[in-house]
Amino acid sequence: MKRLGIFLFILFFSISTSIFAYSTNPREFVDELVNEAIDILSDKNLNEEQKIAFVEKIALENVDIKALGLYTLGVLRKSSSDEDIKNYQNSFEKYFLKSLTSRLTDYSSSKFEILGDDKKSANTTIVNSKVTPIDGGPEIKIDWRIYTKNQEKPLIRDLIVEGLSLARVQKEEFASILSSNNNDIKKLIDKLDEFIQN
Amino acid sequence: MYKKRVTQILSYFFIIFFTTFSNVKATDECFEGFSRAIFKFNMAFDEAIFEPVAKGYNKLPNPIKKGTSNFTSNISTLLSIPNSLLQGNFKQLGHATGSVIINTSVGVLGLMNPAEKMGLKAHKEDVGQTLGFYGIGTGCYFVLPILGPTTARDSIGLIADTFIDPFAHITIRENELLGVSGNSLDYYSVKGTSAIDFRSENLTSFDSLEKNSLDLYSSYKSVYLQNRENKIKNSTSDQEDWDNLDK
Repeated sequence: MKRLGIFLFILFFSISTSIFAYSTNPREFVDELVNEAIDILSDKNLNEEQKIAFVEKIALENVDIKALGLYTLGVLRKSSSDEDIKNYQNSFEKYFLKSLTSRLTDYSSSKFEILGDDKKSANTTIVNSKVTPIDGGPEIKIDWRIYTKNQEKPLIRDLIVEGLSLARVQKEEFASILSSNNNDIKKLIDKLDEFIQN
Repeated sequence: MYKKRVTQILSYFFIIFFTTFSNVKATDECFEGFSRAIFKFNMAFDEAIFEPVAKGYNKLPNPIKKGTSNFTSNISTLLSIPNSLLQGNFKQLGHATGSVIINTSVGVLGLMNPAEKMGLKAHKEDVGQTLGFYGIGTGCYFVLPILGPTTARDSIGLIADTFIDPFAHITIRENELLGVSGNSLDYYSVKGTSAIDFRSENLTSFDSLEKNSLDLYSSYKSVYLQNRENKIKNSTSDQEDWDNLDK
């Protein structure tokens, strides 16, 4: 009976893993993830809270938030203390999730299509895609920077929308804040915390 | 006579300005405090006039919006013809010229875009891009009233555009080309409509940027500079920066 229990547990675990885990191939990973997001976000049976919870979950699991935080910090990531970096990463994650979920209200039904992929380096693949709004708006080209150091778990590092890198916009915005505050990382953390609380 | 003199003085001013600042990086500011003040004014102008007009424009039936967008886009493709030629890009020259001819004739004065269905892709090229193509640096960054973000190089390009753009030639310069002529009002009406069309297509993106930005001025600056860089390079690589992260 105990053996049957363990068997059923393993069986359930392997089935659920195969259902919920995305592909390890960068192209398929993006395709599966985005199509699932489109299904969830356009599901009229789910309320906004449930949708926010879903977006936060997939972001935490599939976006390399830690690397994104370090990238957007620029050269200061090398000269800041470990404690400052830890505090910054903590605030950055909350900031990232809040700004991501605040865009949920902007969502409109769209058709998503993968156009191709390009392996840029041993650990990076750019997946090209396009989104066509169903209401007839102009199609948008989106490139996904996928980090594949752990080949079993690809992670999103950046979105390049019509040639504009969102990570770079963020990095340059932070650089401006830092330069007008004597490169004081604590001031940037304060700004992030202010945004999170508002 | 007076107009000619003003143009000359402006040209001298821009040449001095450009030569002074052309070796400066685009990320450097020409006069940040002043630019931030202009940016604030532009945002207020946008909120009071531009955004409401763009929202109203968005309520028009889709065929009207599409036709307007095609019409203004076809006219702005005229500027790509001399610029593609100056860049020695004959493939792009063929696409731009073919696109204008087909859309103006078969596409009923550019209201439709049959050229695109025939595989012609006319990229927008201006003098700022042509200067960039020849390796001339961007110069420093600043913000113009109403017109928005620019750089030393692009501001020179903006003036030069009006000298080589066939549409400007027949409107603001009041010359005749192939029996067609117009006036300044035609020029500014088309440019204004084009700007409203662009704003209406980006209402959500602008709102989102405003809502999630810690320093909106810097976000717009980054978006502008990236966009210009991509148009000149025809690529969007930022690989080196990311590779450094993993070292």
